[in-house]
Amino acid sequence: MATKNTSTKAQPKMQLVKTTPQVKAKTAKSKPVMVFDKKTLTGAEIVIQALVDNGVDTIFGYPGGAVLPIYDAIFQQKKVRHVLVRHEQAALHAAEGYARSTGKVGCALVTSGPGATNAVTGLTDALLDSIPVVCFSGQVPTFLIGTDAFQEADTTGITRQCTKQNYLVKDVKDLAKTVHEAFHVAKSGRPGPVVIDLPKDVQFAPGPYQSPEETDISRYQPRTMPDLSKIEAAVELIAGAKKPIFYTGGGVINAGPEAAKLLAEFVQMTGYPLTSTLMGLGAYPMSDTQHLGMLGMHGTFEANWAMHDCDVMINIGARFDDRVTGRLDAFSPHSTKIHIDIDPSSINKNVRVDLGIVADSAEALRAMIAVWKKRKYKANAPALKQWWAQIEKWRSVKCLSYKNSQTIIKPQYALERLQSALSKDKREVFISTEVGQHQMWAAQFLKFDQPNHWMTSGGLGTMGYGLPAAIGAQVAHPDALVVDVAGDASILMNIQELSTAVQHRLPVKVFILNNQWMGMVKQWQELLHGERYSNSYTESLPDFVKLAEAYGGVGLRAQTPDDLDRVIKEMMKTDRVTLVDICVDQKENCFPMIPSGKAHNEMILSPHAEKFDKTLV
Amino acid sequence: MVRQSLQDKKSVYGAAPVQDPVSSHTLAMIVDNEPGVLARVIGLFSGRGYNIESLTVAETDHTSRQSRITLVCSGTVHVIEQIHHQLGRLVPVHKVSNLTLEGTHIERELALLKVVGKKDKRIEALRVADIFRARVVDSTLESFVFEITGTTEKVDAFVALMRPLGLIEISRTGVAAMSRGKEGVHNGE
Repeated sequence: MATKNTSTKAQPKMQLVKTTPQVKAKTAKSKPVMVFDKKTLTGAEIVIQALVDNGVDTIFGYPGGAVLPIYDAIFQQKKVRHVLVRHEQAALHAAEGYARSTGKVGCALVTSGPGATNAVTGLTDALLDSIPVVCFSGQVPTFLIGTDAFQEADTTGITRQCTKQNYLVKDVKDLAKTVHEAFHVAKSGRPGPVVIDLPKDVQFAPGPYQSPEETDISRYQPRTMPDLSKIEAAVELIAGAKKPIFYTGGGVINAGPEAAKLLAEFVQMTGYPLTSTLMGLGAYPMSDTQHLGMLGMHGTFEANWAMHDCDVMINIGARFDDRVTGRLDAFSPHSTKIHIDIDPSSINKNVRVDLGIVADSAEALRAMIAVWKKRKYKANAPALKQWWAQIEKWRSVKCLSYKNSQTIIKPQYALERLQSALSKDKREVFISTEVGQHQMWAAQFLKFDQPNHWMTSGGLGTMGYGLPAAIGAQVAHPDALVVDVAGDASILMNIQELSTAVQHRLPVKVFILNNQWMGMVKQWQELLHGERYSNSYTESLPDFVKLAEAYGGVGLRAQTPDDLDRVIKEMMKTDRVTLVDICVDQKENCFPMIPSGKAHNEMILSPHAEKFDKTLV
Repeated sequence: MVRQSLQDKKSVYGAAPVQDPVSSHTLAMIVDNEPGVLARVIGLFSGRGYNIESLTVAETDHTSRQSRITLVCSGTVHVIEQIHHQLGRLVPVHKVSNLTLEGTHIERELALLKVVGKKDKRIEALRVADIFRARVVDSTLESFVFEITGTTEKVDAFVALMRPLGLIEISRTGVAAMSRGKEGVHNGE
């Protein structure tokens, strides 16, 4: 058990080790730094040494019986900062937030049994969103494995399906190389979570250390370079397009800032429109007119119609998720589809494509730009002009418009005011979200012009993701402004992490769009289940202002549109953990929307929502 | 059909797709013989709803500790392609070959059959075994254990004939397979 701070009022002590990690995708190859001044290391010390050698400066975790040797080793060094969370799920999400905001591998440490099972949601989240995370879990000593010992769980068995790879290290001789391979696997190819299960006796046992350079990691070398003949074929298709569209996803973000630069170069070179998935926001500047906004279920009218009517679709690092495609047999029926993905199993998984290219998106983009230049391709200007004219017509629908109010805060208006304040702030801004209506509104109304500044749970849709992810991002960027756009239901799923933020002086801002409902659940019940609102109303929400104060943070509330700017300003000004309770319109729904089983050209817009045929149910 | 489409409208998910024809494919893969590798392969099948018809595993290279898994699975062409790629991205899997697609190949299965009987049935069992080139590997006055090697179809046929002749127990290895010609699974990419 962790020792509880005896005085809640006392100002928490600043952490001893203050780190300012570099935003750098690749692990720095620095000179070997010995963390412990001794010849033979124990398993626990090997873990710390291996972390340092893999460029780790921060680990998120929670102690327990089976990881005490590692915690003892952490206590005796200053190279790796440990951030104590309040729940293991949050350790994983914080590691994800750290990873997504830095491009590095996130790191978590949990104990055996309940520690490991609590980590499962975070691991699955990282798997579905392809986030590089290495999670160490304690395990009962090797001689007790299989005896149903205290806090024993079959961690490798449980996590096998929610990790990219996992290991049970039974011999300290294998420990160092296992950790090095784990980092290599987590960040190479399509990134993902890796678990290393460490029995307690292995953590105590003295063993040999080998550096990453001395370790053979050749068995996992996924393909990153594209097939050039396919690139040439792709560029030829792209150049010949009359109604083209770029459809880009998280793969571009994962490929590093270089990929985003190349994407911008290629998109501007061609003059073609681009739409992004939820995961890919920020890879291409959203303030640029060539960006049509997000596509998919709650994407923009123009993005979805362009996807539906295009003749050449250039998918880079997106995976034709069901939230994006809508009805598959009516998905972009007349287009030639090019799909660039680092994972061969993503190609032809949901949608059959005409040209699949297995490659890292940065490498593919670089190759495409080279071919475009070399062959002196030019876009078909008259056709493109016509295409843009069509897109502008769709744009003129102004699908994100909403009916504002003088008396009630509309959630969209709250986000517009937030965006306005953020764009005037000089600090670097990172945004995370929870899951639900607020998440979609954030994706629609906030503008992301750089990669790695937007963190949201896309694939798994994990409520409770945003606060710990914001904490992870704030740890990595102490001087940045980190805002978790939240809903009143989601925030309660990991609200305990306010305590983590306060302890570590991580001044995250939680911007709650409070409508007292599980908004997205309510929306589906309203539109698809005959307005029978089963269990989606929260009867007894806490007073978020008092709650924030109870945790040692700042609580603010806005009840009318007039309060908004003042509250946002105050939120931006304070250097403390802040919870902002924005009391928004309870009736507002998230539009535009593609109802399930419908195609991209069958979107419903806010003004037509009343006409949605509810008699179907 | 109308009913179906009404159902779909109530779901957060789209409609189920129309199924293409299903066929059987034999995949051969080289994997690191490490703990959990088989569980990962099998877990992939159960987790993604694929079907395994037969699976054989044994270490084939004791120095590099590599095993060969031969797997017969069924699915649409699309599903089989997915299985191939999904297996290929597992860290301990080095190479996956779809022997059914990559030219002709040989498949063999070994089975042991225990047949208990007397008089005519016993003589008939021996006669049939002779026709199938099955060997007697154990015998008592009332029983035989036959060993038969061949394709799955041949083993199935032998088993069917032995049933009325007193078959009480079968042990089958599952399919081992290899492509014809000089190319090996290790070659190529």
